[in-house]
Amino acid sequence: MSKRVGIEVSIAIAEAVGLARAEVIPAYPITPQTHIVEHLSEMVANGELDAEFIPVESEHAAMSCCCGSSAAGARTFTSSSAQGLSLMSEILYIPSTMRLPMVMVVANRAMSAPISIWNDHQDIMVQRDIGWIQTFAENGQEAVDLTLHAFRVAEDRNVSLPFIVNIDGFTLSHVIEPIELPDQEDVDKFLPPFKPRYKLDPRRPITMGPVGIPEVYTEAKVAHDMAMRKAKRYILKAWDEFAEIFGRKYNPVESYRTEDAEILLVTMGSISETAMTAVDAMRDDGQKVGLLRIRLWRPFPSQEFRKAIGKAKVLAVVDRCLPPGAVCGPVGAEIRSLLYKIPGAPKIFSFVAGLGGRDVTVARFKEIVDKARQFAKKRPRELYEVIGVREK
Amino acid sequence: MIPEFEKFKGFKAKNLPKEELLSSGHRACQGCGEVLALRMVMKALGKDVIVCNATGCMEIITSPYPHTAWNVPWIHIAFENAAAVASGVESARRVLARKGKIPKKHVDILAVGGDGATGDIGLQWISGAFERGHDFLYVCLDNEAYMNTGVQRSGCTPYGAMTTTSPPGKKSFGQVTWKKNVPAIAVAHNIPYVATASPAYFLDLMNKVKKAALVKGPAYVHIYSPCPTGWGSAGERSVEIARLAVETKVFPLYEVIEGRYIISRKITKPKPVEEYLKTQRRFRHLDEEHIDYIQRRVDAEYEKLLRLAEMD
Ligand SMILES: Cc1ncc(C[n+]2csc(CCOP(=O)(O)OP(=O)(O)O)c2C)c(N)n1
Ligand code: SF4
Ligand SMILES: [Mg+2]
Repeated sequence: MSKRVGIEVSIAIAEAVGLARAEVIPAYPITPQTHIVEHLSEMVANGELDAEFIPVESEHAAMSCCCGSSAAGARTFTSSSAQGLSLMSEILYIPSTMRLPMVMVVANRAMSAPISIWNDHQDIMVQRDIGWIQTFAENGQEAVDLTLHAFRVAEDRNVSLPFIVNIDGFTLSHVIEPIELPDQEDVDKFLPPFKPRYKLDPRRPITMGPVGIPEVYTEAKVAHDMAMRKAKRYILKAWDEFAEIFGRKYNPVESYRTEDAEILLVTMGSISETAMTAVDAMRDDGQKVGLLRIRLWRPFPSQEFRKAIGKAKVLAVVDRCLPPGAVCGPVGAEIRSLLYKIPGAPKIFSFVAGLGGRDVTVARFKEIVDKARQFAKKRPRELYEVIGVREK
Repeated sequence: MIPEFEKFKGFKAKNLPKEELLSSGHRACQGCGEVLALRMVMKALGKDVIVCNATGCMEIITSPYPHTAWNVPWIHIAFENAAAVASGVESARRVLARKGKIPKKHVDILAVGGDGATGDIGLQWISGAFERGHDFLYVCLDNEAYMNTGVQRSGCTPYGAMTTTSPPGKKSFGQVTWKKNVPAIAVAHNIPYVATASPAYFLDLMNKVKKAALVKGPAYVHIYSPCPTGWGSAGERSVEIARLAVETKVFPLYEVIEGRYIISRKITKPKPVEEYLKTQRRFRHLDEEHIDYIQRRVDAEYEKLLRLAEMD
């Protein structure tokens, strides 16, 4: 029987990785990811998990080890944040085009400078285009479930891609929540052993990671892009099967009180819980406000998102990332380009909030909705607005 | 002594493995010392091996898709991280064998990179892998510069040598620093086996590579590799130049087994360094003063090595 326990989300994620029977775990510590890898190394040390925990000398080495491990045919997991994720950056592009499955939980954190250990999404947005499948968790249960789902999808021979599960640093990673930890038997049913089509094996020698001359490079990248697009089908299928076994159903885009809504907030990650509270409060005031939460970020669920908008007239997109000098935040830009010149598309306003651990409160969400409503009447001068900046 | 060495009888000219695991038809320049050395490395290791190759000449010339020169499993990820990739492969095989998912039979894990990949940009990854004690061997093919990108200087470029980023000019005579001692850095990690080798002494090279593979834990072999293209030397003289480097004490051959230095080939009647320098255009601009300095420093470095060997 699965058990429901009060547990720190990081520990629960580590338990999920254990239930997934991960085999190689190269990791380097960085706040707020530390509790995940500490607990994993404990599980290995206690013999609860039969795996190799590689205490590498840097995140770049962690990702490099992951490539070797996956290529050799082992189920591979790592975890990182911010500066660590960026140190991996050179390598992150490689397992994805090489189609090496692995799972990484990123405990999202702000990028230096100034150095900050607190939460926003700048670290992962820098890595937006690395060609990994990416999901965002809203709460602890989802973090656990998405981690199991990630292994299943990444290793599916029809997919064969690395997978990042994003969880908000501290606001998710370090809180204690009631979480249902699945049964080993059920996890085994959901997640068959990793059997890659190709691996490094002297009995069947292959060359992995060759030079891509101009005559083949484009095709290699297009093949990767096609694999990403095709992956959506298997992501959805795995969520269906997950629901059958575990009773919890996940969708690429989650709608909250969107029926008859005129204004929709658009969020990713754990601030969505506060956003729901704000929506409830605004609904109580008679405002026709709803919420769209993007769970699947890559491949972007274009159809599902378009459908989820319904008849809304205004979208207020909240980014947790401020790219200086850009047109707007990355999620805002994505949605603007998705809906550009679509007949009847809503007006889209882009907001940036919650940088470096700044709380995004119910009041802030109300402010965002109010602003979006005003902007819909009178076009704002700027293409985005940063919310909650102190005047002094 | 290392127990794994006891059964190894050594390669002889008569019993050299015939199989070519790195096949011909690759894109290396004529007279390339690196690919010559790499071929010997592969012969010594045999086919039960997984190769993790750093970016550089050897990676480029052997793997232009859809062609490959490799008859063994081979992976290239990036420039600086071959040792970490090898760590991942080794760990994966360890756990998979323990779980009965792959045969228990031993497979050698080879990480291979140039002097740049090894002594400069990749030093940290190698240090990490050595310190953690993975069972693998790292082979550095040292052609004394970043050749793949067009002959830029590296930490292993010798004093006085001309490269595209250490050009001699009105205010410079070429590389101003002495060659970095990468084998000594490997030794400092207390790994069981470190050696230097040269393709001019191919049996010695192959025996060292085999020992590096046999030993449990990390091992390091640093192989001097003439590069006609980067050095401005005649392709047909690569082996001769490699031999001269040993005979002039410029590149001494030795092993360090569990910390003990053993000179493989003692040079009692050294040839003058100038004879070596003359074979390569990269040293052509050097005047007598610089050549004298190089001679004195080569002698002193060799003395140091002898003292290390005597201490044991
Ligand atoms: C991170 C990174 N920096 C720089 C390069 C460019 N680069 C590729 S190979 C190379 C030089 C390789 O030199 P070495 O390791 O000595 O090998 P060789 O080509 O001489 O055999 C350089 C600088 C790269 N690929 N990656
Ligand atoms: S440049 Fe030098 S090392 Fe590179 S292939 Fe040519 S000869 Fe060999
Ligand atoms: Mg080189």
